[in-house]
Amino acid sequence: MAQPVISARGLTKRYGAFTAVDGIDFDIAPGESFGFLGPNGAGKSTTMRMIAATSTRTDGTLSVLGLDANHHGPEIRAQLGIVPQGDMLDEELRVIDNLYVYGRYFGLPRAYVKARSEELLDFAQLREKRTARVDGLSGGMKRRLTIARGLINNPKVMLLDEPTTGLDPQARHVLWDRLFRLKEEGVTLVVTTHFMDEAEQLCDRLVVIDKGTIVAEGSPQSLIREYSTREVLEVRFGSARNEAAAGRLEGIGERQELLPDRVLIYADNGEQALQAVTERGLEPVTSLVRRSSLEDVFLRLTGRSLIE
Amino acid sequence: MTAPATYKAVIDHTVVADHQKVRRWGWAHVVEHMVLRMRSYVSTMLLTGIGSPFLYLLGLGFGLGVLVDQGEGIEGVPYLTFVAPALVMATAMQVGAQENTYGVFGGFKWTNMFNAMRLSPVSPGQMAMGMQAGTLVRVVPMLGFYLVALVLFGIATPLRALAMLPIGLLLALAVGSAVMAWVATQKDDRGQLSFIERFVIVPLTLFSGTYFPLETLPGYLQPIGWISPLWHAAELGRAVMYDMAMSPLMWLVHIGFLASVAAIGAVLSVRVFRRRLDG
Amino acid sequence: MSASKLTPMEAPAPRVWGPLRGLYGGRTHAVVARGMRVIARNNWLIVLTGFFEPVFYLLSMGLGLGALIGGVEFYGHEVPYAAYIAPALMAVSAMNGAIYDSTMNVFFKMRYGKIYEQMLSTSLGPMDVALGEIVMALFRGLLYASGFMVVTTVLGLNLSWTALLAIPAAMVVAFGFASFGLAITSYMKSFQHLDLVWFMMIPMFLLSATFFPISVYPEWAQWVIMAFPLWHGVDMIRQLTTGLIQPSIWVHLGYFAVMILLGVTMATKRLKALFLR
Repeated sequence: MAQPVISARGLTKRYGAFTAVDGIDFDIAPGESFGFLGPNGAGKSTTMRMIAATSTRTDGTLSVLGLDANHHGPEIRAQLGIVPQGDMLDEELRVIDNLYVYGRYFGLPRAYVKARSEELLDFAQLREKRTARVDGLSGGMKRRLTIARGLINNPKVMLLDEPTTGLDPQARHVLWDRLFRLKEEGVTLVVTTHFMDEAEQLCDRLVVIDKGTIVAEGSPQSLIREYSTREVLEVRFGSARNEAAAGRLEGIGERQELLPDRVLIYADNGEQALQAVTERGLEPVTSLVRRSSLEDVFLRLTGRSLIE
Repeated sequence: MTAPATYKAVIDHTVVADHQKVRRWGWAHVVEHMVLRMRSYVSTMLLTGIGSPFLYLLGLGFGLGVLVDQGEGIEGVPYLTFVAPALVMATAMQVGAQENTYGVFGGFKWTNMFNAMRLSPVSPGQMAMGMQAGTLVRVVPMLGFYLVALVLFGIATPLRALAMLPIGLLLALAVGSAVMAWVATQKDDRGQLSFIERFVIVPLTLFSGTYFPLETLPGYLQPIGWISPLWHAAELGRAVMYDMAMSPLMWLVHIGFLASVAAIGAVLSVRVFRRRLDG
Repeated sequence: MSASKLTPMEAPAPRVWGPLRGLYGGRTHAVVARGMRVIARNNWLIVLTGFFEPVFYLLSMGLGLGALIGGVEFYGHEVPYAAYIAPALMAVSAMNGAIYDSTMNVFFKMRYGKIYEQMLSTSLGPMDVALGEIVMALFRGLLYASGFMVVTTVLGLNLSWTALLAIPAAMVVAFGFASFGLAITSYMKSFQHLDLVWFMMIPMFLLSATFFPISVYPEWAQWVIMAFPLWHGVDMIRQLTTGLIQPSIWVHLGYFAVMILLGVTMATKRLKALFLR
């Protein structure tokens, strides 16, 4: 790996007796798209804030662009593009002014920031909203504006905290498209998410994080290969009967998971597994064969579902 | 792989943000942000700015003057002359307090101004100081309207009116930073914000010798005036506007008091901002 | 699966007939109950602070300016300055409380809380909501007026037994401002419009014979001031606390009666137009 842009060893954050991040190690290479996947409260956002040097670590080491995050906050942030959860846009300003004002906080000359704001307006596909007030924008537009704002200082690294949470499917795809462009240009993307489809779409490599520790690391494909099967069969027998039915499924597929509302059967061939189920005289109310996802990886690793 | 001709890179690697420059000028960019925000309520500012001198000077001051001057005026000057400097200062105090109540609380909770700045190289201390400087930018036109009115109504000469501006700014700075130091510690609004207006600003306006000399109040109420920045500023304003007698020592006391409140408030504010934004 | 142990029950149909049907569900108390709960849980401090404002004014102006001014003539009688401004401050506080409740509070509920949409998706009608808000404003007005009455009585500023009637009179003032405020708020689109309300209130507060008689002004200015509601409130309550009751008190009451009628009608219509399309 080339010299990493971000490198953490034993990175720890404690709030009083509560340990939010518990001694994690990771390296992020230049140009890489790196993801933190985990449920709410796993410690993803805290890690992001430590990388952005807006939260000081309790223990371990953390270097961002070769600088110690605890001591070079302004210098580090000058080279980062940060897209926080919840946007933090100034809703009383117009769209273009949000970009302008923010750009000035990086000490960039007035004329440059003005021109740059116009450029990014196009990138964010907000040209026709140029002088609109921010409080009237849709969620997807606000998020695109926040990304444009994060790009104003031509950052080497973009930090995106839950970039598509709360957006509808179409808005998510528009956003992913914008992020792909950045990825193609070689910008390092660091993303937290609790959506497996997002992690699969955006990340070259990711760590699965739970209760402040890293439980697995790899590319989405390798994680799925390692911790799951090619396909998954989901069967429902009705809320009162799932458990009884699960007892009779022994031996079908590689592994089974009993959830409150359904039974998951991990098998390389889902259709065959379904046939085996009906051959045992069981008649599921509904059945579904799908590809394995990171959700299954997470379930396997922690015994819990990613979205609760 | 060659990019299509129309393709333009989003990132320009030749441009690098200058964090050294931000270290020196971060506060000024905060002011710039505040000025941009003022655009959305320019009409409100104009209306209050022009309306209040008329209301308070011509309406209240004149009307009360009719009742009070049936005696012989106050301290040898007509009531309107007596009350005018205090009204000017009361405006400076109100604007300073208001901006730092809703501006500061809103910056943390509603508009996210500070939280967003936190993602740039600007430091929490610069945010606090920039906010104070921005408040002064807002106070200047408000005082300006008042001072022009004083001259137009023949209450003060242009030079004396102008001399009240620095006093008003010092007062706004003192009140503003004190209010900021407290508001910045508040995490949610369950009436604390209106508390400042109703239990600090209104009583200070009423018991600081604004509408009548402090000595007219019963002795047990006079200490409110002594600790009130408004009283100190109003006394200075009166000395400047109609040569109200004041010993050099009292000049020093009044200016010293306002400057100390401003300094203490500023130090505390910076500290609170740091604590709140560096988690 | 176990069935619910409760006896099945249907929501009763509103028992309102005639022209009010569809507008009024006869359940104003449900709206009031919600308002009371919010005060008890959240903003009792804001409500409490409102009581002190007129007291501060009374102490400061009454003691300080009173020492300079002495007395003021009111309908041919010399009244001590503190006793002159006390009833005016009572009227002002009735106005402030009512306007605060019916504009700021209501505006937030309409724009951000979406509370009215929720309320109107139940068996409440727009008139229940309008009356409910007005009752809340009146409740506040009653609190302030009674509290202030205690203060002025202790200070000996009530010059006649008719001062007791000042409390219902303050309620009338609050009713007028609340219903009118509610009607105006239903037209508001942004915060800038809220500011306009305050621009109307400050001049009224300063000039409506609050701190000095309007006779200091030229006659045309006096007519302008008398066109606005606060002057009527001030003069009415002042007549009652000083005991110098004039026939003009009926004019004041008539003014507020018209204001209330117009306000409630307009507010109900507007709420209907806004939410029951």
